[in-house]
Amino acid sequence: MSAREIRNLILSAMAFGVVALLPFYDTGYILSIATTMAMFTVLATSWALFSGPTHYISLATAAFFGLGTFVTGYGFQTMPYWSLPLIAGVLGAGLAGLVGMVTLRLSGVYFVIFTLGLAELVRQLVTWVQNRTGQRGMYVLTSITERDIYWQLLGMAALVFLVGWLIGRSRLGFALRIIGNDETVAKHSGINTALAKVLLFMVSGAAAAIVGAMLAPRYIYIEPSTAFAPILSFQVVIMALLGGTGRLWGPVAGVIPFTLLWEFISRHAPNQTLLLLGLAFLLIVYVLPGGVVGLQARLKHRFGQGGH
Amino acid sequence: MFFILITGLLLGGTYALIAMGLNLQYGVARIMNLANGEMLVAGGFAAFWVYTAGQVSPIAALIVVAPVAFVVNWLIYRIMLRPLVKRAKSRGALEVDSILATFGLSFALVGIMSWMFGGGYFNYSYLAQRVDIFGSSYGQNRVVAFAIASLIAAGLWLWLSYTRAGLNMRAVAVSPDSARLVGIDVTAVSALAFGLGGAVTATGGALISMFFTLDASVGVLFTMKALIIVIMGGVGDIRGTIVAALILGIAETFVARIIDPGLTLAAAYVLFLGVLLFRPQGLFGKQPT
Amino acid sequence: MKRRSLMTTVAAVAVMMGSLGAASAQDAIKLGAAAPKTGPLAGGADVTHWPAVRLWVHQTNEAGGLQLADGPALIELIEYDDQTNPQQAIQAAQRLATQDRVDFMVAPYSTGLNLAAAPIFSQLGYPQITGTNVTNQQPELSAQFPGMFFVLGRTGVMAEDTAQVLVDLRESGDIGNRVALVNVADAFGIEMSGISRAVLEENGFEIVYQTSYPLGTQDIAPIIDGAKAANPDAFIAWSYPGDTFALTDQAIVQDFAPSVFFTAVATAFPSYYGRFGQQAEGVMGMGGVNPDDPAFQAFAEAHQELAGQGPDFWASASTYATLEILGQAIEATGSRDRAVVMEYLQDNSNSYETVLGPVQFNDMNDNERYWTVGQWQDGVFRGVAARGRDGVSDVVLKDGWD
Repeated sequence: MSAREIRNLILSAMAFGVVALLPFYDTGYILSIATTMAMFTVLATSWALFSGPTHYISLATAAFFGLGTFVTGYGFQTMPYWSLPLIAGVLGAGLAGLVGMVTLRLSGVYFVIFTLGLAELVRQLVTWVQNRTGQRGMYVLTSITERDIYWQLLGMAALVFLVGWLIGRSRLGFALRIIGNDETVAKHSGINTALAKVLLFMVSGAAAAIVGAMLAPRYIYIEPSTAFAPILSFQVVIMALLGGTGRLWGPVAGVIPFTLLWEFISRHAPNQTLLLLGLAFLLIVYVLPGGVVGLQARLKHRFGQGGH
Repeated sequence: MFFILITGLLLGGTYALIAMGLNLQYGVARIMNLANGEMLVAGGFAAFWVYTAGQVSPIAALIVVAPVAFVVNWLIYRIMLRPLVKRAKSRGALEVDSILATFGLSFALVGIMSWMFGGGYFNYSYLAQRVDIFGSSYGQNRVVAFAIASLIAAGLWLWLSYTRAGLNMRAVAVSPDSARLVGIDVTAVSALAFGLGGAVTATGGALISMFFTLDASVGVLFTMKALIIVIMGGVGDIRGTIVAALILGIAETFVARIIDPGLTLAAAYVLFLGVLLFRPQGLFGKQPT
Repeated sequence: MKRRSLMTTVAAVAVMMGSLGAASAQDAIKLGAAAPKTGPLAGGADVTHWPAVRLWVHQTNEAGGLQLADGPALIELIEYDDQTNPQQAIQAAQRLATQDRVDFMVAPYSTGLNLAAAPIFSQLGYPQITGTNVTNQQPELSAQFPGMFFVLGRTGVMAEDTAQVLVDLRESGDIGNRVALVNVADAFGIEMSGISRAVLEENGFEIVYQTSYPLGTQDIAPIIDGAKAANPDAFIAWSYPGDTFALTDQAIVQDFAPSVFFTAVATAFPSYYGRFGQQAEGVMGMGGVNPDDPAFQAFAEAHQELAGQGPDFWASASTYATLEILGQAIEATGSRDRAVVMEYLQDNSNSYETVLGPVQFNDMNDNERYWTVGQWQDGVFRGVAARGRDGVSDVVLKDGWD
């Protein structure tokens, strides 16, 4: 480990520590925005772990997230609470592994639409099973507060960053960078590309399912139409791409401004919220190609601070 | 049995109306248009407005709806999307950019529609009488929509197959770079395809509004359906979209009537995922080289 | 002549001063409202929620505001769009409470959004008087959220009363034993369908056709075909707006005309009658009102005038009633202090005069008197079954579509 890496690690740990103190400062408005940010940070970062290097755009986040909320919905009365995110993670990884094995030979837009279809399929099946068994709407009534959820999400974010950092240093990360650049080369150089992709897809699937399990007490009322809402998948993609997927910190750089922007528009234009959000998206696409990471790279280039 | 077949065909016709426009937009102009459903709802709004304000038949309204939608979509491509196409280094980069941009566009369109017309449901009664075919009854409006869908599909296919402009369009669909080499103005052809696609989608919306209850926010449901049909049929081939639409229509009706209506959408997605697994390029798609 | 005009001017100025003085004696009471303006539930909120909320604020201000101990105060309404998204509903409630510092909040629209926002209401001490939250969990919910009140009624009761209508019709020899039961496959439809099936079977009905269909389905022909083939005496559908319209449309097209035709949400919308006209006669649905009640008539007229559309004959009135209850609690205590108002609301001995008639909460914060089943009769959606309400009309059998 180089001195620079140690320094970055310490700085990151300190940053997490500071952010974790937030609930002592405010438990209302700011905390509720921060919880939303923490949630999207985990979702977008774990999404980018897979999609960044492979350039596969997955719209399956909602499937894993919904799965997780349902794990909590079914299990919170009978099982210890701490076990639920773990179960959700295992199930999420399992589903992702299954899907990954059969689909990762699809490329480009086919994969995109496949994952979208997958999320809808899972939602339909869950609804159908609920209907057959006469299962009613689930009320997750717990004593868990927003502060608890915030800390859980923060812990999860730290874990995702750690995993991302370790992958970046590992043979797997190396393999993935090559896949992203040229899959044929990767194959010829003896890298098991399929396995590498499936493993990463499992990581992102597990993370999304865990987030779902953690968020269920916040939503209280669990029903398929909100748990599997496809808008979530799109939000995650937009935020991650806005930040940029080339760096581990990229998605966070998208999540924070995006959440603030969303909140700002919701507050100041209650009757034109969607219209202005849409225009803001468009502006971002035109003004910030390559996301915030791209902007940073260009600024560095311009001011000659490359420091190679 | 006839009931399932005819109901399935009618539904397939509806699906073809939803998806044919997107096929042109994605297949030729290479824009994965996530605002497709909103354009459809806008067509429906126009028909609703014309019908309730002036008692003009939604079918007659097509004479105005289709050209207006063509111009609007043509402008969207020239002003909004062309810069993205120009700056994209690869097809993948363009896909990412167009997903982001048209997602933003879909939000903006929902915002504009709910601002102008409110968020409420709108529907009206037009040709809601029954027509008997082989002993079962069907809605006249659905039969009429199916007939017009067939006309549009046949017209598009003939135009693409037998005219110079259609040939150019197919050339761009197969390979924009080669098309450019043989002197085709790729930008103009793409803009034409995008505008035409938008016109077909809005026409579909006007027809569907005869029997669907719509509201400003419902577009995303149509977008998802259209994406699935286009990908299942194969990108850039109008026949694939039509076949996929009819297969889905009949399969969903069969499942709903024989197995369980609760599984119709699940069956549609299973079918779609199955096709992709065994024929990743879609039913009529060309094997990628 | 000149003197008279001078006099009227003076009088007018005096009146203006007076009203200005009254209004400026107090800061306005800030009322926050977050509900869908976009997203899947926007269509319903646009009919049921927003017009009722705006109407109450408009009328209250016209009448000079709410009477507090130290004079009248006007209402200032702050609206947000929660985009039918629980995440946004939570944030909007937080924003209203801590940024806009509203004095009171209107409960959100629909069961799911009400529950998502409930912890915020509860922690910050805002009364949450819900008008569109239909659930069976009143005991658990009121224990967890003591400031949550339920005006619309219980799912279980609604499903039971619907079944009871069939039982009564069979007793009187009007219909037979065969029922077709369908539902939209989401929490609401599943719950209602489960309860009504149990009640119907208990009463010896035969369920000859039962199925569900996915949320958002409007291609309903196979379901009507299946139901028709089973030849039922009664057709019960726990449906949502889009499919309510589609089910009726298809039943007309396929000439499926059982003696009882029941569809759930949106059957009570004026636009339902607007779409189907004479053919809607005899269709039953959830809710209902007593259209002969002058209080309701006045409400409907004012609603039409302000919103350009009539109220829906079910939850519009209960949404409006939630604000009447809040307003009366504020005036009774003469205070804008939430804790005081909350205490008043939680006192079960208090009752409120609303457009629904008198409302009183039980020890689970539950209103026990409400309409359960309605039927289109002569262009109005009359209540044909209710708990504790007067003016229940007789059920008529549906006599074909044409």
